[in-house]
Amino acid sequence: MSKPKFKNPVVNWIDYRLPIFTFMNHELNEYPTPKNLNYFWNFGSLAGITLVIMIVTGIVLSMNYTAHIDYAFDSVERIMRDVNHGWLLRYIHMNGASFFFIVVYIHIFRGLYYGSYKAPREILWILGVLILLLMMATAFMGYVLPWGQMSFWGATVITNLFSAIPFIGESIVTWLWGGFSVDNPTLNRFFSLHFVLPFVIVGVVILHLVALHRFGSNNPIGIDVKGKQDTVPFHPYYTIKDLFGLSVFATIFAAAVFFFPNFMGHPDNYIPANPMVTPAHIVPEWYFLPFYAILRAIPDKLGGVLFMFGAIMVLFVLPWLDKSSVRSSQFRPLYKLFFWFLVIDCIALGYLGAMPAEGIYVVLSRLATAYYFFHFLIILPLLPKIESTRPLPVSISTPIITASSNASTVMAMREKK
Amino acid sequence: MTKKNIPEDKNKRDFLQVSTYALGAVGAASFVWPLINQMNPAADTLALASTEVDLEQLEEGQAITVTWRGKPVFIRHRTKEEIASAKDQLLDGLRDPQTDEERVQNEKYIVLVGVCTHLGCVPLGQKSGDVKGEYGGWFCPCHGSHYDHSGRIRKGPAPTNLEIPQYSFLSDTLIKIG
Repeated sequence: MSKPKFKNPVVNWIDYRLPIFTFMNHELNEYPTPKNLNYFWNFGSLAGITLVIMIVTGIVLSMNYTAHIDYAFDSVERIMRDVNHGWLLRYIHMNGASFFFIVVYIHIFRGLYYGSYKAPREILWILGVLILLLMMATAFMGYVLPWGQMSFWGATVITNLFSAIPFIGESIVTWLWGGFSVDNPTLNRFFSLHFVLPFVIVGVVILHLVALHRFGSNNPIGIDVKGKQDTVPFHPYYTIKDLFGLSVFATIFAAAVFFFPNFMGHPDNYIPANPMVTPAHIVPEWYFLPFYAILRAIPDKLGGVLFMFGAIMVLFVLPWLDKSSVRSSQFRPLYKLFFWFLVIDCIALGYLGAMPAEGIYVVLSRLATAYYFFHFLIILPLLPKIESTRPLPVSISTPIITASSNASTVMAMREKK
Repeated sequence: MTKKNIPEDKNKRDFLQVSTYALGAVGAASFVWPLINQMNPAADTLALASTEVDLEQLEEGQAITVTWRGKPVFIRHRTKEEIASAKDQLLDGLRDPQTDEERVQNEKYIVLVGVCTHLGCVPLGQKSGDVKGEYGGWFCPCHGSHYDHSGRIRKGPAPTNLEIPQYSFLSDTLIKIG
């Protein structure tokens, strides 16, 4: 031990044997972060915090839940009515799922807009897509647990997707169900997997962070950090910025939990599951609607399933589809335009997924689906050939210094007045 | 001596290495199989095999739904017109061509697993007020599949006809499903 790093001798004693404090100091305190990050960079830490909220509320909910088809619905109602603060914990968990997806979708679109998936951050991006897939599986199985009508029929429709696989599809579905329909064995295993998958997500999140800290955050102008002048230490600059963002997020989240707890849910899920009657209009949770629209747009069962999974798979190879060396859309006028087309397309798919599969909605779903794949598979690879990008700044500091010297002139003029 | 021994030794090591990996892989696979197979239907689930239904009270034009293996089974006592339209249908335009004779044991009663072959919803058409679809049989509200009087797929995303469960007539009006 050359010289003590920390003032507290106990901390020093521990750190010498287990360098946890050095690690935390390195990764959370002095960690150099680009100094030009905007508020879109808050959503990574917000997603992490939401994951923790989901795990904590989920563990306490599981203490009051019964994973059996005869008791599941009633045990959830008991949580809502009789368990102390049960209503609060369940509403946090239920709305938390929606907010988790809101935060993560913004986080993903931020990555798309600023080219955060490009070299050397490809693995960081792939791990992120993997987290999205795990989140979807977890959310789907969690939605089954209250054993309402939407739980049951959502589970039936989604597990039946696998029956589209040629030859072995039927056996796979029977294996997933543990029977000949969605039934008690299905509910039991979904509960078990819904409990364990969040911890798998935590594992992948840790890998995501390791990959992030290898090269540090991307930034709004998308050029590499050139030296110390381009960064600030993570603490206190970004801890305080993240905390401010968190307080705004928590305000909106609390408003939903306390005033509109069922806004993002479906009323049919307050009807106990009935295997003999399918609700007239089955829709998945809102965060699956764009994918559901793609599933229904294809007039072939296997084709629909392939395109739906393909919509995510295409994200895995995105770093190799977009060949432009310029990251940020601030310097890519055409890409910026197509980025916003993609945003509109995804929102349109979400809307169409909620509409009945008939008439004009089918036609529009097909167009929107075609455009989604057209964006990733045709536009992105071709764009660098026709796009003239704007000149990149010399360094992260250059535009900031120019802007701040302008600002200080303004300040000086104000003071004179 | 050394020159002669080196290749022999290498072969011996390769053999040991390959056989260790192979045995390890077999061992791992034989442990993984029980972990996977426990998710298949258990013995008691498989034992819930058959249901008996008395059709004496089922008048012409009426339908009943019974439960078999946790799934709904549709039984409809078809009218003469329905039987005629199911029989007269040409096989040319059908997605999953089957004659009506192949799909019934007694042409008065059609017995079907009431699960849409698209994604597993229960089609409408059993109750008198239900939407029966463009072909008068059954209609799946989830993604819009239309079935005819014989439970054959006529329009919509479902790939195959409604499944026929295994069943037998114990008497003229008593059937055993499963």
